[in-house]
Amino acid sequence: MLLDADLLTDTLYVALATGGEFAEVFVEDRRNQSAVLDDGRVEELSTSRTRGAGIRVVTGDTTGFAHTADLTPEGLRAAAAAAAAASRSGGSRHPVALGTGTDHQSGALVMPETVDKARKVELLRRADAAARDGGTAIQQVTARYNEGRRRIQIATSDGINTGDDQVRTLFAVSAVARGDTGLQTGRENVGRTVGFELFDQVDVADIAATAARRALLKLQARPAPSGAVPVVIGRGGGGILFHEACGHGLEADLVAKGASVFAGRMGERVASPLVTLVDDGTMDGEWGRIATDDEGHQARRNVLIQDGELTEYMWDRLRATAAGRASSGNGRRQSYRHLPMVRMTNTYVMGGTEDPDEIVAQTPYGVYVAELGGGQVNTTNGDFVFGTLEAYLIEDGRIGAPLRDANLIGNGPEVLANIDVLGNDFAMGMPGTCGKDGQGVPVGDGQPTLRVTALTVGGTAA
Amino acid sequence: MSVLSLGELAREVVARARPGEQVEAFVARSNSTTVRVYEGELESLTSGQSHGVGVRVVVDGRQGFASAGLLDRDAVLEVLSEARANAAYAEVDPCVGLAEPDGVPLPELDLADVAGVRDLPEQAKIDMATYIEARARGADPRIESVRTTIWSDSWGEVAIASTTGIDVGSVGASCSVAVSPIARDGDDTQIGFAGDGARRPGDLDVDRVVNDAVERATGMLGATKPASERLTVVLDRPVAAAFVGIVAGMLTGGQVVKGRSPFADRLGQQVAADAVSLVDDPTDVRSLGADEHDGEGLATRPNTLIACGVLSGFLYDTYSARRGDVTSTASAVRGYGSVPVAGAQALQLAPGDISQDELVAAVGEGFFVDSVSGLHSGVNPVSGDFSVGVTGRRIRGGVLGEPHREATIASTLQRMLLDVVLVGGDLEWRPGGTGSVSLAIADVALSGT
Repeated sequence: MLLDADLLTDTLYVALATGGEFAEVFVEDRRNQSAVLDDGRVEELSTSRTRGAGIRVVTGDTTGFAHTADLTPEGLRAAAAAAAAASRSGGSRHPVALGTGTDHQSGALVMPETVDKARKVELLRRADAAARDGGTAIQQVTARYNEGRRRIQIATSDGINTGDDQVRTLFAVSAVARGDTGLQTGRENVGRTVGFELFDQVDVADIAATAARRALLKLQARPAPSGAVPVVIGRGGGGILFHEACGHGLEADLVAKGASVFAGRMGERVASPLVTLVDDGTMDGEWGRIATDDEGHQARRNVLIQDGELTEYMWDRLRATAAGRASSGNGRRQSYRHLPMVRMTNTYVMGGTEDPDEIVAQTPYGVYVAELGGGQVNTTNGDFVFGTLEAYLIEDGRIGAPLRDANLIGNGPEVLANIDVLGNDFAMGMPGTCGKDGQGVPVGDGQPTLRVTALTVGGTAA
Repeated sequence: MSVLSLGELAREVVARARPGEQVEAFVARSNSTTVRVYEGELESLTSGQSHGVGVRVVVDGRQGFASAGLLDRDAVLEVLSEARANAAYAEVDPCVGLAEPDGVPLPELDLADVAGVRDLPEQAKIDMATYIEARARGADPRIESVRTTIWSDSWGEVAIASTTGIDVGSVGASCSVAVSPIARDGDDTQIGFAGDGARRPGDLDVDRVVNDAVERATGMLGATKPASERLTVVLDRPVAAAFVGIVAGMLTGGQVVKGRSPFADRLGQQVAADAVSLVDDPTDVRSLGADEHDGEGLATRPNTLIACGVLSGFLYDTYSARRGDVTSTASAVRGYGSVPVAGAQALQLAPGDISQDELVAAVGEGFFVDSVSGLHSGVNPVSGDFSVGVTGRRIRGGVLGEPHREATIASTLQRMLLDVVLVGGDLEWRPGGTGSVSLAIADVALSGT
């Protein structure tokens, strides 16, 4: 544990001194190491360290929050008093005594910080060489190694005292290819909640080759179509679709404020009966994996949509308390400087029964997306966009010409209803960072090959 | 805790440089407050101090970097030793090195009103957010609720010192408000958003924020998916600001010298319509991005990027300038947690001489874009491919017509610059620091049904 129970108990006393109903101390100690190769050269290694605490006091519907990088008893008391200042109900309460608590250990086999930096640099060189092996058209390669260790501890006036040790290792390659049509880019990332053993599981040369292949492919690409067409999304390449189409809309804070198209629809059919959507913070190794959320609640597997029917929203403490129920383990925050809110972990649609090749064969015309990039949603009306990183035209049931990058746009409830076939080839996708109200947290997603009967593709071709 | 000033702390780090080493310390400290109001009540009040140090060490052409969100002396010295250790693993690059004073004096800008922000009572901030929410709720019967109303402010200081003779410091303060009202009509629910930022609380344009946000929410009620067609689009000022921000990113040294900009070899050529002129001028105090020095401590100066359609210059930090065999344009941007890179600080589109209404009238038939989404997923600044989600209104007969959503617009950034047909005279300084005007761009693909 980062701080001892007595110090935390004292801090919670100060936090409740103005009549707060609930108080929490969130402590964080984070170290990152990154190494970047660019332009054929190991450009730079960098190291960062942050450490601090955020203290929250809840009184009725009001939350006071203060953060500090000063973890001395004086620093914590000052922050607790600042957080308590927003509460003016008078009187004071006592926190429940903290026990020794539960300290979750990282599952990492090889702590990255124990590995010689020279080995990390060697990975970069190997990736650079592999990407450039893609051909002379590869003009530029950037390879990035990143390791992060985030230790947290949450102590609350309800008696929670929980720690977690979150280790993440990431390798990312982007390539630029030059051809007659100008410059094109390709990228590939692999990231897991594991230690340096990641590189026993994946070969950085494969990551680099994929990035280079994507860039080269797009040199031959034609403009994407403009307008609504059937879209097939390949396994593991498009979980972002569900993250945007309905994931955010199922977050209880947005639901409670009427800012979600899924508000008031519990128990209703909200998707094709083929769709079962799960948010699961317990998936070992996946990018959104956590032992405990940032409020000290154990991560869980929550089925949000079962066979097309809405069965559950995602909850943090604040929204769960207001609704008189338990948190679903989805209270997360970017750092000790931020208040927690409802966030996804690993969000995925379960596999179906169709042969993925048949799905393409039975699509006379459309777009095949092998890999999507980021996306964005307006949860209030359900409209969402997501961009392609690798996409092709489908003609006569066959995958044909590659397409230039474009955004696709759809409406969440409509798209969920218009999924007409799911493949039997479920896979998780690339690691992601989900942004909400200015806070980024690591998330994962996944899906089998699937088809949406109509999505608007934002290309330029008639 | 240390009682050293930030400048003293930065100089103390630099003083520990070993022979043959270049050392730079960037130290920052800021205090911030955020107030969120919901249904007339305080939802949350957040406050805290953030601080940190970033240290670069360059030795024998190798650069290492380390940072910490801590300012106690032990932590700062550990950062120096980490940066030194990291440098040993980089490969030699003769262009690596710290900025050197270039004789340009720091501009004297009247930028910060620290006391005006720092001394504002918390209750005044809560009252302001509560007032804005109430105004938004009462502005139109179709406004059902307000998702959130935010006041935020911060004030702080920065110091940079280096063994090459950089020794600068500055203070800053700003505040902002934002509101997102939700409008409902039957089953149709739409959200609007608007915000403003300023150096002084009294400079916030609350009326504009409320009206803009409410109009954006109610204006989208009944919006439909448009038919796909090629037409002229008018980018409203926030959208035009985002567009020129992406363009400026393609004109930065880091992209240019490493072969990632389609404009790398186009200097002196016509890259945009004659009506387009774009400068980055951090000495213009109307921009919230204005500052006396850049992230490496060099005096800021105006830099012309595009003059009457002709590509006139790029933005360089020290490293990319050396790579490009030119001098820094004092365009290094950074926080304490990252090394400097070249970037825009205070972009400004030269305004034309017609109002937005006149511009829409002149376009006649087209599409007015009032918001975009997916800028990070559908715009590729290396290839120039541009495809974003939009909401807006059809322009018919020279006036704004029916609202549309769930559509995209697409072209390439290179084409769009050349296809600018009209530039508005409706200059507005955006919270992000860009001086923006409405732009009409021809021959863009609108995708809907």
